[in-house]
Amino acid sequence: MGTGRLYAAVATGGFRRYATYRVATAAGVFTNTVFGFILAYTYIALWQEKPHLGGYDQAQALTYVWVGQAMFAVMVLGSAGFEEDLIERIRTGDIAVDLYRPADLQLWWLAADLGRALFQLLGRGVAPMLCGALFFDLALPSGALPWLACLVAVALGVLVSFAIRYIVALWAFWLLDGAGAMQITWLTGVFFSGMLLPLNVFPGALGDLARLLPWSALLQAPADVLLGEADVWGTFAFQAGWAVVLLAAGRLLQSAATRKVVVQGG
Amino acid sequence: MADVDERPATTGTEDDPFGAYGPYRRLRDGLRAYRMIAAMWIRSTMAYRASFVMTAFGNFAATALDFVAILLMFSQVDELGGFTLPEIALLYGTSAMAFGLADLMIGSMDRLGRRVRDGTLDTLLVRPAPVLAQVAADKFALRRLGRVTQGALVLGYALATLDIDWTPLKVLTLPMMVVSGGVIFAAVFVGGAAFQFVAQDASEVQNAFTYGGATLLQYPPALFAKDLLRGVTFVLPLAFVNWLPGLYVLGRPYPLDVPHWLAFAPPLVAAACCLLAGAAWRAGLRSYRSTGS
Amino acid sequence: MNERFIELDRVEKVFDVRKKTGFLRRERREVRAVDAISFTVSRGEMVGYIGPNGAGKSTTIKMLTGILTPSGGRVRVAGIDPSRERTRLARRIGVVFGQRTTLWWDLPLVDSYRLMHRMYRIPDARYRENLDRCVELLELGDLLDVPVRQLSLGQRMRGDIAAALLHDPEVLYLDEPTIGLDVISKAKVRAFLKDLNTERGTTVLLTTHDLQDIEQLCRRVMVIDHGRLMYDGPLTGLHEVGEGERTLVVDLDRELPPIEAAPARVVRVEGPRQWLAFPASESAAPLVARIAAEYPLVDLSVREPDIEAVIAQMYAQQAERVGEAGQSVS
Repeated sequence: MGTGRLYAAVATGGFRRYATYRVATAAGVFTNTVFGFILAYTYIALWQEKPHLGGYDQAQALTYVWVGQAMFAVMVLGSAGFEEDLIERIRTGDIAVDLYRPADLQLWWLAADLGRALFQLLGRGVAPMLCGALFFDLALPSGALPWLACLVAVALGVLVSFAIRYIVALWAFWLLDGAGAMQITWLTGVFFSGMLLPLNVFPGALGDLARLLPWSALLQAPADVLLGEADVWGTFAFQAGWAVVLLAAGRLLQSAATRKVVVQGG
Repeated sequence: MADVDERPATTGTEDDPFGAYGPYRRLRDGLRAYRMIAAMWIRSTMAYRASFVMTAFGNFAATALDFVAILLMFSQVDELGGFTLPEIALLYGTSAMAFGLADLMIGSMDRLGRRVRDGTLDTLLVRPAPVLAQVAADKFALRRLGRVTQGALVLGYALATLDIDWTPLKVLTLPMMVVSGGVIFAAVFVGGAAFQFVAQDASEVQNAFTYGGATLLQYPPALFAKDLLRGVTFVLPLAFVNWLPGLYVLGRPYPLDVPHWLAFAPPLVAAACCLLAGAAWRAGLRSYRSTGS
Repeated sequence: MNERFIELDRVEKVFDVRKKTGFLRRERREVRAVDAISFTVSRGEMVGYIGPNGAGKSTTIKMLTGILTPSGGRVRVAGIDPSRERTRLARRIGVVFGQRTTLWWDLPLVDSYRLMHRMYRIPDARYRENLDRCVELLELGDLLDVPVRQLSLGQRMRGDIAAALLHDPEVLYLDEPTIGLDVISKAKVRAFLKDLNTERGTTVLLTTHDLQDIEQLCRRVMVIDHGRLMYDGPLTGLHEVGEGERTLVVDLDRELPPIEAAPARVVRVEGPRQWLAFPASESAAPLVARIAAEYPLVDLSVREPDIEAVIAQMYAQQAERVGEAGQSVS
């Protein structure tokens, strides 16, 4: 099998694996929608108090809420994705088998994660977004171009999201128990992605810092592209830059981990 | 040693294993089993002390982030829906404490679906203790004290900064709402678990009502649409956790036209929720035992 | 001694299975996991319960322990209706779930026993006596302070068996107690069970795929297939079981109610496909002719009983072992 076809098969597998759980997907959509409603009402109050907060009008702020709920599963901002499996394989030592496979470990997991992300975009992203558009006045673009640009930003965001989680999972080679590391990444991710509050509402230096960190590529970037609040090519470059840096860091860590496994004899 | 504190097992009438299994007896048996299993889990987590410290801190930090988001909002505005930061802190603190207590006591009940799927529920069904108690104590984790602690700190901040005209009734209302609220949330956990007997993959649905409910109650009710308020007042009575009693303490009106003695109804509502959740649990277990996994 | 300790009278368990047949289409069908089974087990008997996977073995055990409520018939264990008085029965039975340990993973083995001590309210002296006995016979002495996660599979199984016996159960149910164990562990487990049964008079019901388990332990064997009791008797008569029933798999051109063609009976329906069991002594030809005449037949095949394959395999493994040991089979 050609390598391209191998990874395509892995990605399809990732898609299928999540597609099997229909009830779980419906339950997730329901929960995202409920949270969307709660957040939407608090944002309405916030923007009533201070219109044009962070440069958004109220419709844009509400759109941000529902983009956030749509990205929740896609960017793995809540539960865990592949990294739980990977950490488990590292803990049990099964990872040695993976390292001897004629496939690249990082690409393998990336392909699987892309499959997952695609499913969750369709399965868990679309429905809350539609629901939000039904109940609230959203600032959705009418042309196709902003939507396409947003999709590109989402794809780049998934790359960054994967790269971060891959690095965290590989820490398990050196830490005995990956739970703590995962929790801290999760916390940082939730906060600095803008899931709780758009980053442009963060005050002063904290806001500036948050917008430079890689997590802003996950939600803030796609949302701003959709809302027409960002320079599209600049945003893509920012996301792609972080993706390259973090994926490269993941590779370095991976080769260090491989050496560790080989030295220990698998 | 763990079993020294336990009174020796006797064969007398009091401990007669074949005695009547009335509701009182079942409750006592359940609490006893709960204590024993929870103690085992505490000792299990202590096998990984470093991880426990880290996750306990993580739990505290994770829940504190919710409040940080509110602080960030108040860095931009002075009021939200007409409420000041200390007023919202009171709602936040009581909601977080009530939910945190329920989460601490029986927060792992959302794993029931998994237990049904992998068949480990059966191993609990052959034990001489109520299954509900065994499932409730499952994965008991002291790290969840993080949320309670965090809620208590925010509540402390609220009480220190608020200028409330304290009366004995208002003072009593505070502990009453935290305890009743905890029981209401616990009933939601049990109801959600009962639902998982039917839909094993639907553990996320209950997150909408538990975590979602706790988030909702952190904000003043005036922010939300009237239909939503009616829903959480009359259908799933989360409003009794802290909105109705909390607004009474703050001296603020409830946005719906309801009699104001409802502010003191949380214990009754909590009891009713327990009865309903218990009925749902029994129905769920019955359906499991007639259909298998 | 001949007290009827376990009694099943025409016990049935019917499941409603929903199967996905398309994107949103689901098909409902009934599965008779246990179909009118009757047997009794006297106090102090040791019975092997065998059959292919999905034959209804574990469903029976689940009804005997009160986990599942029967759809029909009557079950009594020690005079108790398990499904109605599950908690009361729990004190008098012990259960070992083969692949699922009930021990506490991260804690020393003895901690799990202490929990049993308290949960079952075992009198202190009794607990100590039983624990000492299990420790001695199952050779658990060095393992008591070891966290369960560090035990081997065989050690864990021995640990699980001990945990199920501390409260002096009158009957012990074991699900595949020797699966995956090495030869030495198997021998230890078997010796212990034999001792338990003869010395203490504990009634034992065990499911297994290992003929040696049965040969060495059980004077009586029950075979179940398609939810029906196919054989109940001494091990020596087991080879006759295969003579029981064969299965005719019929594909019709559409979904129809169960085919009526005595002496064959429909054991399973899945859309247009139906499974009919018929006595192995009868020829399939007249049956096929009758069905072809009365029903829109598309395809059919005759299957030898699964149970025969299972038993044949058990004997084959046995022969292999004997062959390996270099002994002649007489």
